[in-house]
Amino acid sequence: MSFHPEMEYAPAKFHRSERKLADVGEPFAFTPENQKTFDEIVTRYPPEQRKSAILYALYLAQRQQGYLTANAMAHVAQQIRCTTAEVEDVVSYYTMFYTKPVGKYVLNVCRTLSCALLGAERVTEELSARLGIKPGETDPTGTFTLIEAECLGACDRAPVVMVNDDWHERLRPEDCAAFIDDLAARGPAAFTGCHLKKEAK
Amino acid sequence: MAYEPVLTKFVGQPDSFTLAAYLRDQQGYEGLKKALALQPSDVIEQVKASGLRGRGGAGFPTGMKWQFVQKDTPKAKYICCNADESEPGTFKDHVLMERNPHLLIEGCAIACYAIGAKTAYIYIRGEFYHVQEHLEAAIAEAYAGGFLGKNIFGTGFDCDVYVHRGAGAYEAGEETALIESLEGKRAQPRLKPPFPAVAGLYQSPTAVNNVETLCNVPLIIKNGPEWFAAMGPEKNGGPKLYCISGHVKRPGVYEASMHTTLRELIFGEQFAQGMANGRSFKAVIPGGSSVPVLLEHQLDAPASFDGVQKAGSLLGSAGLIVLDDTTCMVWLAMNLLHFYRHESCGKCTPCREGGDWLYKLLQRVERGEGQPKDIDLLFGVASNIAGKTLCAFGDAAATPVLTTLKVFREEYEAHVREGRCTLPAEWRGRHAAHAHAH
Ligand SMILES: Cc1cc2nc3c(=O)[nH]c(=O)nc-3n(C[C@H](O)[C@H](O)[C@H](O)COP(=O)(O)O)c2cc1C
Ligand code: SF4
Ligand code: FES
Repeated sequence: MSFHPEMEYAPAKFHRSERKLADVGEPFAFTPENQKTFDEIVTRYPPEQRKSAILYALYLAQRQQGYLTANAMAHVAQQIRCTTAEVEDVVSYYTMFYTKPVGKYVLNVCRTLSCALLGAERVTEELSARLGIKPGETDPTGTFTLIEAECLGACDRAPVVMVNDDWHERLRPEDCAAFIDDLAARGPAAFTGCHLKKEAK
Repeated sequence: MAYEPVLTKFVGQPDSFTLAAYLRDQQGYEGLKKALALQPSDVIEQVKASGLRGRGGAGFPTGMKWQFVQKDTPKAKYICCNADESEPGTFKDHVLMERNPHLLIEGCAIACYAIGAKTAYIYIRGEFYHVQEHLEAAIAEAYAGGFLGKNIFGTGFDCDVYVHRGAGAYEAGEETALIESLEGKRAQPRLKPPFPAVAGLYQSPTAVNNVETLCNVPLIIKNGPEWFAAMGPEKNGGPKLYCISGHVKRPGVYEASMHTTLRELIFGEQFAQGMANGRSFKAVIPGGSSVPVLLEHQLDAPASFDGVQKAGSLLGSAGLIVLDDTTCMVWLAMNLLHFYRHESCGKCTPCREGGDWLYKLLQRVERGEGQPKDIDLLFGVASNIAGKTLCAFGDAAATPVLTTLKVFREEYEAHVREGRCTLPAEWRGRHAAHAHAH
C-alpha cells in the first residue's frame, strides 16, 4: 500500500535503488599495468581504508573491458578486500558505470534545464533519429551509445554532450546529423572539446 | 568604480594554469608562506575576520566551520574539497580548477594547516575528467616545487593533496554524502549530528569546503581580512563568481562584488548583455535549480547572500538561470523534477516516492491530461516533501513546484482548462515533439 491515497508506489524502474544484475562475462583480472596503477592509488588512503579506492578500481576495470561484468566486479571485490555485494551496491548507484556493453562513442546528452532551454530535447531526438536507436541503446555496429544525462556543469555552453571522457559543446539540433557523420569519419577530432581547455592550448 | 577581478583575472592567459604563471602573476604560494608563519588559530581568526561565507550553497561562515573542527583528538583530520559541482546551472568551480588550479591547491594547503590536517581530498565529479587531468598535473607541479609534500618551506608542515573522482551522482555534493562516497560507498547522507567537524571522513574531524571558498583563502591571508570584507556589502565580502545560463546573449562565468545587482548581471554590458533573440525577460532562478524564481521587479536586489534572500529567494550556488517569455513554467517544473527524481539517493520515502509522484503529475498536466484537483495534489505532495527529509535535497526538489505554483499558478490552470500548453506552438518548437515520452 502506498503512503498516499492517490499515488502509486514507484516501480523502481528509473531509480538508483534498482538492482542491475550484470552478465558473468569473461574471466577478468587487471592487466599488470592497471594492477600497478591501482596499487599506487590505494596508497593515497589510510591502509585500513582500501575501500576508498573502489570507484577508481571500477574505472580501471571499465576502461580495460569497456563495461563491468560480474567477473570484473568480483575481481574488484578481491582487490578492495570487500564482498561482491558491496561492489554491486556501488556500481548500481553511480550512473557512470555500465553493466552492459557500450559503443565506441558513448554520447551523454545533457537534458537538464539550461540545456533544455536551448533545445536539448530536440538534440536527443535528432541524434536518436540519425542513429536509429532510443536513449539507453547502442547501435547495431557497436559504434554509438546514446544516453540522456543530467546537468554536466557546462550550462553556458548549452546544449552539451559528453562523449566518452571528453565534451562537445553547443550542439544545436540542426547540426546533430552532421555531427554523427563527422564523428564516424574523423573520431575524436570531431568534438569541440571543453572550451576552457582549448583556450589553454 | 570598475571592479578588478581577483579569482579570474588571469584565466584568459594561455598558460594561466601553470605553476610558473601562478608564481609570476599571482604571487603564488605567498599566502601559504605567510600562513605557515602564523599559528593555525590565527589563520582561522583571519578567515573569521574576513567574513568569508561558503560558496557551495548555504553561505555558512568558513572560519566558524573550521573552528568547530575538533582539536583534542589523536585522530588524523581531513579537508574535503567539494568539487562535485552538480547543481543545475552551476559551472564556476570548473573554471577555477581548469584555469587557476594552483589557487585551489594553495587554499587546500592553508585549510589543512588551519585545522591541523595533513591531507586534503578534492572530490571532483566524474564528468569532469578533462578538468581532473589538469588539476592532477598542477598538483604534481606543486609537489615538485616544494609547495606540497613533506616539510613545506622547512617549517615542518606536511601536506598531501589528492584528487578523488566521483562517478555520476548529484547527491555526492551534499557534504556527508560526499564523505560516504569518499569512503567507497553509495553517496547517501548521514544523519547529523554528529557533524563532520566531529566525525567526518573515516569518523575523523573533517571540514568540507567548496572549491571557490578555498580559492578565496590564499587571497585573505595575502591581502588581509579587511581588504576582503571591504569588497562587498556587510557580511557579504569578497569576490563572487556568477554563472549565467539560459536565454541570455552572453552566458558565462562572471566575477563581481556582491554589490552588483541581479539586473546588472543579466542586462549589464560587461555581463550577460540581456535577453537573446530579441525576446523579453520572464523570470530568473538565481541560485541553481533549487531556489525560488524571481520576477522583473525583484531584480534590483544585490546579488549577495542577504540581498537575494531579502528579495525572496536564495543565492545558493550563484547559478542564474534566465528565462524568456517563451518558457512554459509547467514544462520547467517537469524538467527539473525529472532531474530530482533521477538524482534522489532513495534513502527517505518523501523524497524518493514524492519526487516521482511530482514528476508524474507534472507530466500529466503538461500533456494536457491534468484534472483541476491535480494542482492541489501537486501542492500537497510538494509540501509534504519540503522540510520532512534527511537532507536539504528534499526542499530543493519541492521548490520548483512550489515556486511555480505560487508565481505562475495561472499557467497550470490554463493547461488543465484548455487540455494543452497554451503557449503559441512556434515557441514550443524547440521542445521535442514528444518531450513527454518516458
Ligand atoms: C543535495 C545537495 C547537493 C549539494 N551539491 C553541492 C555541490 O555540488 N558543490 C558544493 O560545493 N556544495 C554542494 N552542496 C553543499 C554542501 O553540502 C556543503 O554545504 C558545501 O560543500 C560546504 O562548503 P562551503 O561551506 O564552502 O560552501 C550540496 C548540498 C546539498 C544538500
Ligand atoms: S532527501 Fe532525498 S537525497 Fe536527501 S537523503 Fe533523503 S532521499 Fe536522499
Ligand atoms: S544544464 Fe546542461 S550542462 Fe548544465
